[in-house]
Amino acid sequence: MSEQNQQPANDARLWREEFPVEAAEQGHVERRQFGKFLVLTSGAMLMGQLWLVAKDWFAKSTKAAWPRRVVAKEGEIAVGQAKVFTYPGPQDNCLLVRLGETEYVAYRQKCTHLSCAVIYSAAHRRLECPCHEGYFSIDDGRVLQGPPPRPLPKVELEVRDGQLIATGILHLGEGTDD
Amino acid sequence: MTEKPLNRPSRKRATRAMDGALMLLIVLLVVQVWLLMASVEAWLAGHSDVAAPAAIMSALLFAGCLGLLLLALRAERGARLSRPGKSRLP
Repeated sequence: MSEQNQQPANDARLWREEFPVEAAEQGHVERRQFGKFLVLTSGAMLMGQLWLVAKDWFAKSTKAAWPRRVVAKEGEIAVGQAKVFTYPGPQDNCLLVRLGETEYVAYRQKCTHLSCAVIYSAAHRRLECPCHEGYFSIDDGRVLQGPPPRPLPKVELEVRDGQLIATGILHLGEGTDD
Repeated sequence: MTEKPLNRPSRKRATRAMDGALMLLIVLLVVQVWLLMASVEAWLAGHSDVAAPAAIMSALLFAGCLGLLLLALRAERGARLSRPGKSRLP
């Protein structure tokens, strides 16, 4: 008899372990969990901001001056033509354009929208991104049309001993970024 | 076990406090997401001076979120403890 009485008690305890929250409390538990999730997400946003600060601080404290690198010989490309080179790293493609007899400009080739490679259009005298028709001014890299949110970074050039030397990267509206 | 009518207002109040806190949390979180997006965008454009003030603002928003949640949890716990026979949290 006592065993029969114990069995329902055990079942009730097992049931309570399986379902510890009463139906009336369910809404509270869900709200609480959702609130905790929101605060955790807020913490993740803060981590993102701190990561940005740390990356900025690390970049400023460890960055040496931009390297000086010969990217082409003077007269190597014809007027209206362009040449791809890498600067400052081997993965950073840039585009050198000869606009006149002694006029050269160079920009990062990566479109500021979705990183497609921009090409020079001599007919329109502008840099064009073929992916989403974003156009950049050849004079200073500013956005002329399309979805790119920022101007193209400009590569600082110097002519010395018949050679074109890249000396830094310039963002529109700022001084040399070094 | 049936609930006494006396306890319903406190439960409703706790629910309302939590709902209000959640709404405010969502608003603060949206501001924080926007802040992160804007500061990443500015940083990529070369304006690195915005990173630190944005991080301070984000820390304040996070503190606000945490404070709101703690307040709401305290209100809820207070309401639950006031119910007879329901002193344990689920």
